[in-house]
Amino acid sequence: MDSTIVLFLVQDAVINGAIYALIAIALVLVFAVTRVILVPQGEFVAFAGLTVAALEAGRVPPTLWLLVALGVLAAISSIAWHWREMEPRRFIGVVASTIVVPLLLILVTKFLAPLKLGLAANTILTLLLIVPMGPLLYRIAFEPLAEASVLVLLIASFGVHLSLVGLGLAFFGPEGVRTAALSDASYTAGALIITGQSVVVIAVTLVLLAALALFFGFTPTGKALRACASNRLGARLVGIPTSVAGQVAFAMAALIGAVSGILITPITAIYYDSGFLIGLKGFVAAIVGGLASYTITALAALGVGLVESFSSFWWSTYKEVFVFTIILPVLVWRSLRSSHLEDDE
Amino acid sequence: MSPAVRKWLPPLFAIAVLIAPFTGWMPAYWVTLFNYIGLSSLVALGLVLLTGVGGMTSFGQAAFVGFGAYTSAVLTLDYAVSPWLTLPVSLLVTALGALLIGAVTVRLSGHYLPLGTIAWGIALFYVFGNSSTLGAHDGLSGVPPLRVGTHALIDPREYFVVVWIAVISMIVATRNLLDSRIGRAIRALRRGAVAAESFGVNAPRAKLIVFVYSAVLAGLAGWLYAHFQRSVSPGAFGVNTGIEYLIMAVMGGAGRIYGAILGAAAVTILKDQLQNILPWIIGSTGNYETIVFGAILVLVLETAPNGLWPLIAGPSPPPKVPQRPQAPLPDREKPAAGTPLLRVTAARKAFGGLIAVNDVSFEIAAGEILGLIGPNGAGKSTTFDLLTCVTPLTSGNISFCGKALAGEHPQDVARLGISRTFQHVHLAPDMSVIENVALGAHLRGSAGTLRAFAHLERQEDAALLSNAKRQLERVGLGEQAMMLAGSLSLGQLRLVEIARALCLDPVLLLLDEPAAGLRVGEKKELARLLRELRAEGMSVLLVEHDMDFVMSLADRLVVLDFGQKIAQGAPTDVRADPRVLEAYLGGVT
Amino acid sequence: MNETLLSVADMHVAYGRVEAVHGVSLAVPKASIVTVIGANGAGKTTLLNAIMGVMKGKGSIEFDRKPIADLSLEARVANGLCLVPERRELFASMPVEDNLLLGGFRRSRAERSQALEETYARFPRLRERRRQLAGTLSGGERQMLAMGRALMARPRLLMLDEPSLGLAPRIVRDVFHIITKLKEAGVSILLVEQNARAALQIASYAYVLELGTVTAAGTSAEITNNPRLVESYLGLGGASY
Repeated sequence: MDSTIVLFLVQDAVINGAIYALIAIALVLVFAVTRVILVPQGEFVAFAGLTVAALEAGRVPPTLWLLVALGVLAAISSIAWHWREMEPRRFIGVVASTIVVPLLLILVTKFLAPLKLGLAANTILTLLLIVPMGPLLYRIAFEPLAEASVLVLLIASFGVHLSLVGLGLAFFGPEGVRTAALSDASYTAGALIITGQSVVVIAVTLVLLAALALFFGFTPTGKALRACASNRLGARLVGIPTSVAGQVAFAMAALIGAVSGILITPITAIYYDSGFLIGLKGFVAAIVGGLASYTITALAALGVGLVESFSSFWWSTYKEVFVFTIILPVLVWRSLRSSHLEDDE
Repeated sequence: MSPAVRKWLPPLFAIAVLIAPFTGWMPAYWVTLFNYIGLSSLVALGLVLLTGVGGMTSFGQAAFVGFGAYTSAVLTLDYAVSPWLTLPVSLLVTALGALLIGAVTVRLSGHYLPLGTIAWGIALFYVFGNSSTLGAHDGLSGVPPLRVGTHALIDPREYFVVVWIAVISMIVATRNLLDSRIGRAIRALRRGAVAAESFGVNAPRAKLIVFVYSAVLAGLAGWLYAHFQRSVSPGAFGVNTGIEYLIMAVMGGAGRIYGAILGAAAVTILKDQLQNILPWIIGSTGNYETIVFGAILVLVLETAPNGLWPLIAGPSPPPKVPQRPQAPLPDREKPAAGTPLLRVTAARKAFGGLIAVNDVSFEIAAGEILGLIGPNGAGKSTTFDLLTCVTPLTSGNISFCGKALAGEHPQDVARLGISRTFQHVHLAPDMSVIENVALGAHLRGSAGTLRAFAHLERQEDAALLSNAKRQLERVGLGEQAMMLAGSLSLGQLRLVEIARALCLDPVLLLLDEPAAGLRVGEKKELARLLRELRAEGMSVLLVEHDMDFVMSLADRLVVLDFGQKIAQGAPTDVRADPRVLEAYLGGVT
Repeated sequence: MNETLLSVADMHVAYGRVEAVHGVSLAVPKASIVTVIGANGAGKTTLLNAIMGVMKGKGSIEFDRKPIADLSLEARVANGLCLVPERRELFASMPVEDNLLLGGFRRSRAERSQALEETYARFPRLRERRRQLAGTLSGGERQMLAMGRALMARPRLLMLDEPSLGLAPRIVRDVFHIITKLKEAGVSILLVEQNARAALQIASYAYVLELGTVTAAGTSAEITNNPRLVESYLGLGGASY
């Protein structure tokens, strides 16, 4: 193995690691605010990739109908759980956010999709279609379970994942897609060719991470989310509506997932069910970070990328085994360091 | 329900289940379906213990099903061993595998544990799928059926009997285990290892027992699966199946034995029926059943967050406790009054830069009540933790009966005859008061897990429980023995903690603010009890805020402030000490 | 007596199937301190949680003559109720100033910065510590931060659950001094305390809660002069055990 291959593998690892880091941070965010381990996080990634591909081909993305379906379910769920306190204003709010917004998006997308407006428009349209799914899912499945245990929330999360994968197959079909590279440029550094695609992935990841840091550090909404994560009861006592916080967290997770999907689809073929494994690797990084620390999480994601990249070179059939086995000693080490803390869940 | 009905209902129901397929009312299709439900029930039953009771979420149970299935398949196919003989081997192989994997897994904390199970779950799945001995991805086929004499059990109705006998016996074994000394320790662990460990429970070992037991249940399901299906392939042993078992356990009601059966039935029937009904409704085939299955799962959890079984059966019934008084357990030999018992020499504990306990020295003699007082943050609780080896000393020395305590575990301290109560009550709210108290006598029983399965340790267990009852009566809570600990007031819970500490038959009793939350009458009762214990030769270290209480009880006082000992001596002298007045009362008298 | 601000009637609260508060009624007049005293486990915290909406209770709650029993916790905060819980529930991983600003979450930016100045004026210690993480404060500072955070919302009724818990006697005195000053500034206070002596000194009216039921109520003077209560709760007179 010469240095060119090493450098090539490292480049590969950094790109994948960046995407795992984004997924992991979304998982940490959602868990901290809502205690939900978001198994369907990967679905945002896959559905975003499939949506961009449809738009690229000038087709109306089936994502629309998925969004409408989720909107109707969310409306039913909100009305069913809150019908006693359903004042007219609140009712209008529910209908507007779950029915009217998706219908408007249908009109916009139906009009714009055949025009093939190019990368920027496709990206914005994709984000518009994927991001609302986050809060809708929260309202359908998790808001009614806000007081349940982490285990029950996890199982519900698996339920949502199963349903979404099924819906993905029904709406997108079994074919995989791959989109055009986000940039055709390429640079050479010694023996290594750096693709424009990698540069875009790294740049977007860094910008997104910086934006998140600013959001959490300086905006009232960001601070309110941190407050929910730091002390749920305390947050409720100062009047932060935790269900809104949950919806915001889910919207951000969907946003991060959608961006990751747009970044990864030019690199790997994406199928309706590709999300799970991508999400699982992000999950590994999130857990190693203790579902709390963003910095360790990002480093762990890079580690996952490196292990995956090198093991696929040496030992490709056992690539997944390797990634998942190597975390066991890491978990033991992390556990020993935190062994004096009792879990009060 | 009368006791007689209550006693005979389960066995009658069990017999009814076993003859059901031969009545002709049950179509063959449903018999087969119920065979699969039985197999899943076994795995889910293991998860009820592992996840619901033990608090360890495992996604990897399907891999242990694989251990059992592959072991029997390989032995019957390659070595022509009789399937009945492979049963113990399958269980043994599963147990050994679980012992190795579990030794690492149970030491993982918090969220690391479930991720760890995903990790080895995936790894083992790949091993199954890539090992040529195990037939790689195609698996092994042509596994021989079970035989009774020359008759092969191929008819699903006959196999039904085999499967459900296994399920019923495992229900009985699991119930027996939970209602035993070891079971109580396991149940107490989930609500905090600190309390269980301070009464001698070896937490990692107890967790490992649960882990191996749940794996063996899965292995048994695997053995049954191999000889029912007559072929074994890796697809059934992946993490996806592992998740499905977890769904069964949670949907049925994690922590409830019959919840496992209900959950297994609900999930299996639901998936099967959705596959039959949906194409008929929608008119085309697709993966619609997963969509609907996921949605129904979410809906069920939203309507019954604790699972389906509690919805039907209500909360778990209280335990049965023997009414007959048992022979008392043998008491420990107490050292003669006045002999030095505990010696603390220049004990120091630093947390980073903060010195919580700063070179504190004192002694306790046998048959003495020593009061340890001081304002909040003076280091009393930390001193307590040092004495019980919950936190290690930074420097200095603590010895008990001439034996240095440095480096010991809390469970060893209990073995030496030191027992304690906690400032913040550490009791399992979902266990009855008497079960909580009996945990104190954990070290006074010796029956192991295997005897507990068959309830061969009833004599010993009855002695432990009746001792617990006696200690409860001693603190004035005999009437509350059968109530859930969670329904008592905080003051009563403190007394429960004292009863639990007495169950150990300690030489030295460490009490952390026992009078807080008690009313005057209760405090008087407590003082009487402590004097009585002292007269019996027990030593007591009393940390307490209520000055009147300490002053009238303690033989001597040690006063701490900012981690340092500022005074010691008889209560009257200490009370007049100006340094104590300044520190404790902030200059106000 | 002043006009009533809060009135609770026939409140029942249960944990699962176990009822902890059995039909408690009480009233808090405007600009006054009312205290609920009782032993640990008497149901004091449960009662406050039910009034605040942290736990579900059965019974009527009227706040400023408006029924609020059906309102969510957030809506009750918006109406001017505020609870400082026994465990303080601070945002430990965030700085003192962020904790305070979040206390004024439902107010406008201008109101918030004005309230922050007032809070710092009331608790100068918090200004010194404003960049420090809340989790690193001492017990007394935590209690001050919890009260400061609650006051940022400008509550009309402040409910304090065991504000003296775990504090040194000198700090307890400071805290009670601040509570008195709050009342003078027009905030009504419902004070739950185990330290009955201190609570009765500053409260005008008191309820004694025993095993989930109000067993005595009266002005502080009446309660202080009741020999049975003195023996049970005040522990005066150097009892011998």
